[in-house]
Amino acid sequence: MEVLKIATAGSVDDGKSTLIGRLLYDTKSLTTDKLEAIEKRSKKNGYDYLDFSLATDGLVAEREQGITIDVAHIYFSTKKKSYIIADTPGHVEYTRNMVTGASTSQAAIILIDARKGVIEQTNRHFFINNLLRVKEVIVAINKMDLVEFSEERYNGIKADFEQLMAKRDYEDQKITFIPVSALKGDNVVNRSQSMTWYKGETLLEHLEGLDLAAVSNVGTPRFPVQYVIRPKTDEHHDFRGFAGKVYGGELSVGDEVVALPSQTRSKIKEIYFHDKKYQTASRRSSVTITLEDEINLSRGDMLVKAGDLPTIDKQFTATISWMDSENLIPGKKYVVQHGVNKVLAKVATINHKIHPDYSGIDEKADSLGMNDIAEVTFKLNKPIFYDQFKKHRTNGSFILIDMQSNNTVGAGFIGR
Amino acid sequence: MKDTSHINALENEAVYIFREVAAQFEKPVLLFSGGKDSITLVRLAQKAFWPAKIPFPLMHIDTGHNFPETIEFRDRLVEELGLELIVRSVQDSIDQGKVKEESGRYSSRNSLQTTTLLDAIDEFKFDACIGGARRDEEKARAKERIFSVRDDFGQWDERSQRPELFDMLNGQIELGQNVRVFPISNWTELDVWSYIKEEEIEIPSIYFAHKRKVFLRDGLIWSHSDYVYQEEDEEVLERMVRFRTVGDMSCTAAVFSEASDIESVVAEIRDSTISERGARIDDKRSEAAMEKRKQQGYF
Repeated sequence: MEVLKIATAGSVDDGKSTLIGRLLYDTKSLTTDKLEAIEKRSKKNGYDYLDFSLATDGLVAEREQGITIDVAHIYFSTKKKSYIIADTPGHVEYTRNMVTGASTSQAAIILIDARKGVIEQTNRHFFINNLLRVKEVIVAINKMDLVEFSEERYNGIKADFEQLMAKRDYEDQKITFIPVSALKGDNVVNRSQSMTWYKGETLLEHLEGLDLAAVSNVGTPRFPVQYVIRPKTDEHHDFRGFAGKVYGGELSVGDEVVALPSQTRSKIKEIYFHDKKYQTASRRSSVTITLEDEINLSRGDMLVKAGDLPTIDKQFTATISWMDSENLIPGKKYVVQHGVNKVLAKVATINHKIHPDYSGIDEKADSLGMNDIAEVTFKLNKPIFYDQFKKHRTNGSFILIDMQSNNTVGAGFIGR
Repeated sequence: MKDTSHINALENEAVYIFREVAAQFEKPVLLFSGGKDSITLVRLAQKAFWPAKIPFPLMHIDTGHNFPETIEFRDRLVEELGLELIVRSVQDSIDQGKVKEESGRYSSRNSLQTTTLLDAIDEFKFDACIGGARRDEEKARAKERIFSVRDDFGQWDERSQRPELFDMLNGQIELGQNVRVFPISNWTELDVWSYIKEEEIEIPSIYFAHKRKVFLRDGLIWSHSDYVYQEEDEEVLERMVRFRTVGDMSCTAAVFSEASDIESVVAEIRDSTISERGARIDDKRSEAAMEKRKQQGYF
């Protein structure tokens, strides 16, 4: 079964949770006991309709305040696909949550309140999905019931959004507009009776039709070594397997490979998944590879195809999204976790802050606060093997870890 | 020879997570209850490290109120795979006076497990505890990370969790903290059952329809047993039932079922209109039951 991960983005009260609840309800994914809990709670809150947001808001504080605090993962499936939706909240730590949700998703739904139209936050939502190179974006213009299902209103919002699209950096992104009412159920799963002027697909129809191979980002194969398997048993005395996940492309038995950082050459001898041998390791498979020659490789090292080397450097410039309440300042040291490889990094310079509104105005900055996005240059204590994020979504990204709190304080995308 | 593209995406993800645990932590342990989710974890761990053995022990926090079938199954599995099993029991925590046995109609040892678990983590200095919790089970679990940091008191601070980006798992912790790891976070109940079917994984017999002495209370089917409090007017019936989820006898309700093999169980789950946790008596206590237990260190 195919699995599609979707991130949602919207401001407070745009109806994200309601939309997800509606998807679950109309696909009959809500079980009787969950539905009963929603009915009970809706009544308790004094609503005369079913509050589907209660299907996703999991924490006590969220239900009490009627807001979403933390990223929640929601699962449902149809006969065609399994879906995982990251419900990302739209306030205080909005950028952090949105970047996190988008990083693991192949598709994104951006919600717009039809009464408000394109607002400043919409810029940010689109900018982040563009920055993270999410291939498939659905703009759901919600609350159409509150603007009398007006086609004119819908077209006006669509035109405003298209102005943003002209400024985007990642042009391969596919964008689809759908007018919906999550509360009433128009064009989510079932076709709207009130908007017969809309001839396109409903939200679910659109998701069902997405080709997973086409929405995935493909690059060149990279194999970061996660773990070395040496059983040292009689049966497998000389076995030395390199365990890891294949990113970007495929690797096959017989491929000539280069081990980094040593730059030693060898050939792939065997590819295992559990006790079975395979000719080819596909993208995103967690395999174990053995090599023709005895070479020294440990966690954090990388196997790549000969003639297809990444950049090997002790410094890089990246766009980073800052996620901590403590500021990032030049000169401070952090741990850079690049895939499974960890190195020490020093902030060399904050080049400029980026306004996520596509205004094009970049601002000088002495430090970065929570939710800031900026271009930063780092110096490392030893070289890493990276690609530009534009070319390789996995090998071009990293997280920053605070050396004292051990928290993940930022995420970065290598390249200007 | 074939390529690996047919391998389930969720299986690849779980194998990756297991390897991250082995690489990033010094003393991991797999929390094993004898239920289908932890049995699935053991199979995934085998796959992650083959041909080497699973590089960490299993630990069972024993409430003493288990289904006997589960314990037999547990011991056989450990023996067959040559794994190390640690058992720590809630009875000991009660005898030491650390927790008090609950009493009355809804008494259960389920929440008492937390104390025993935290003591065991402390005793063995485990820095990572791998569990079979899934995000689709329950609303509070939907907010859980794959690497979930717990403080010295084993507590879950749901308001300040580390963001998890791409595939990168940050397992850096301070001394005294530990991480709960959930390799099958993104699996649904149906995914687990389908996997058990495809992989032909053996599971305890109580997951299949069998005749059992039960009684009805609050619309749930309870096992008739010495461990389960029963009122005099609650009539004992003999019915064909099976369990969808297996915890301690006092907190796990059965479902009426004729599904006696894995094919019919998968078919039954696919068509079910009740969630798995709908049969967990421990979750019926309140809407926030799981969140509260997790804050206290429950897994």
